[in-house]
Amino acid sequence: MKKKVGVLALQGAVSEHISQINQLGGQGIAVKTPADLAQVQGLIIPGGESTAISRLIQQVNLYEAIQEFAKTNPVFGTCAGLILCGSGITDGGEKLKPLNLIDIAVTRNGFGRQVDSFEVDLDIENVGKAIPSVFIRAPFIDSVGQGVKTLATYEDKIVMAEQGNILVCSFHPELTDNNQVTGYFMSKIIP
Amino acid sequence: MNKKIGSDTVKRGMAQMQKGGVIMDVVNAEQAKIAEAAGAVAVMALERVPSDIRAAGGVARMADPTIVEQVMKAVTIPVMAKARIGHIAEARILEAMGVDYIDESEVLTPADDEFHLLKSQYTVPFVCGCRDLGEALRRIGEGASMLRTKGEPGTGNIVEAVRHMRMVQAQVRDVVATSDDELMVVARDMGAPYELLKQIKDLGKLPVVNFAAGGIATPADAALMMSLGADGVFVGSGIFKSNSPEKFARAIVQATTHFEDYKMIVELSKGLGEPMRGIEMKNLSGSDRMQDRSQ
Repeated sequence: MKKKVGVLALQGAVSEHISQINQLGGQGIAVKTPADLAQVQGLIIPGGESTAISRLIQQVNLYEAIQEFAKTNPVFGTCAGLILCGSGITDGGEKLKPLNLIDIAVTRNGFGRQVDSFEVDLDIENVGKAIPSVFIRAPFIDSVGQGVKTLATYEDKIVMAEQGNILVCSFHPELTDNNQVTGYFMSKIIP
Repeated sequence: MNKKIGSDTVKRGMAQMQKGGVIMDVVNAEQAKIAEAAGAVAVMALERVPSDIRAAGGVARMADPTIVEQVMKAVTIPVMAKARIGHIAEARILEAMGVDYIDESEVLTPADDEFHLLKSQYTVPFVCGCRDLGEALRRIGEGASMLRTKGEPGTGNIVEAVRHMRMVQAQVRDVVATSDDELMVVARDMGAPYELLKQIKDLGKLPVVNFAAGGIATPADAALMMSLGADGVFVGSGIFKSNSPEKFARAIVQATTHFEDYKMIVELSKGLGEPMRGIEMKNLSGSDRMQDRSQ
């Protein structure tokens, strides 16, 4: 049985995640509604604009649905998805409503504007060494609560973490040819 | 790999994060906040929206840096700004200000009627307009990281954007179906770099995202462009020249995401009030056609 992995498809880099999921032998499914969410066994919240995605989540009643889903299924947030999975925002927090799936506080655009965006190879615990990672107007994690494990740091900032079923990273594994990070997430899904 | 900034992956990636979203023209901080609250994925900071540029006539230039700065301070979403075609100094000024994307735009009066910017030399990414695949690939060849249809800006008339989107999509399909030994002649006839045509044939699609722009005025227009294969939409005059900008902005954002959910678009389209007044194409004289300002 192929693992059915949803990608929240309200806005952002959806097709890139779906093709990595498919490459890894899963079945990537675009999720736009609570009914779509009911069909999948794991969910990726992709990069995009966190304020826009947050608003769209609330408009189609996905807010509570994703929180409920995350109690029993793995969820992976990349970049904007990390911000949305978090529990608090250090700056400009009134503009969006995080899902509170993992106990982390986040600084949005922590690494700066687009002209500061970069790519670099990262060593990631549980995943591997020198994994190509793309940071675009990327956030970082200011602080983690008890039970949250840090998986990677860059320039002393936490850029990847997990707590049980919930995985988050500041960067974009879907923009590279390396699918190890997505593979690590998919290993958490038990069909 | 050591830390690398301004690479193709980083510049094109920024545009990939905008997919499925709406980029809105704004002329001040107050409009930028309305756009952000409505769910815009970015704003384009301008001195005037295209329909006002059309009405004002004269030379249209890069916006006053004060406006761009005020917009950058007002919102946390990315801020884009327009530079005149071929205007190296305007583009460098915008880059120095830290704008997130530059639109080398035919909406402004071209500074160079022959050469576009060599966009590969900049750290900031660029978006450019195109009417067909040849034009699209010349811009990518110069270093554009994102494309948009030219459409006909400031008209509220979708017909040109539809033409340009269909043309690019049809030509991509043709290239994919062309045999390898005929590709060089296609490159010659199209005036497009051979390497990029080869890349499209191998990928089966454009190597950068392609948004719709130039004439989108209603939620249905946005849904139309998405259903034709646009990766997202720019709305210029359509929002702040309508009677109720906040409602239009919200409705266009939702229609872009849920472009195949027509029942939802019915509800979104109700009671929006007057959209911007449009212009019929045949009432535009040759010199008023912004799309023909560059090749």
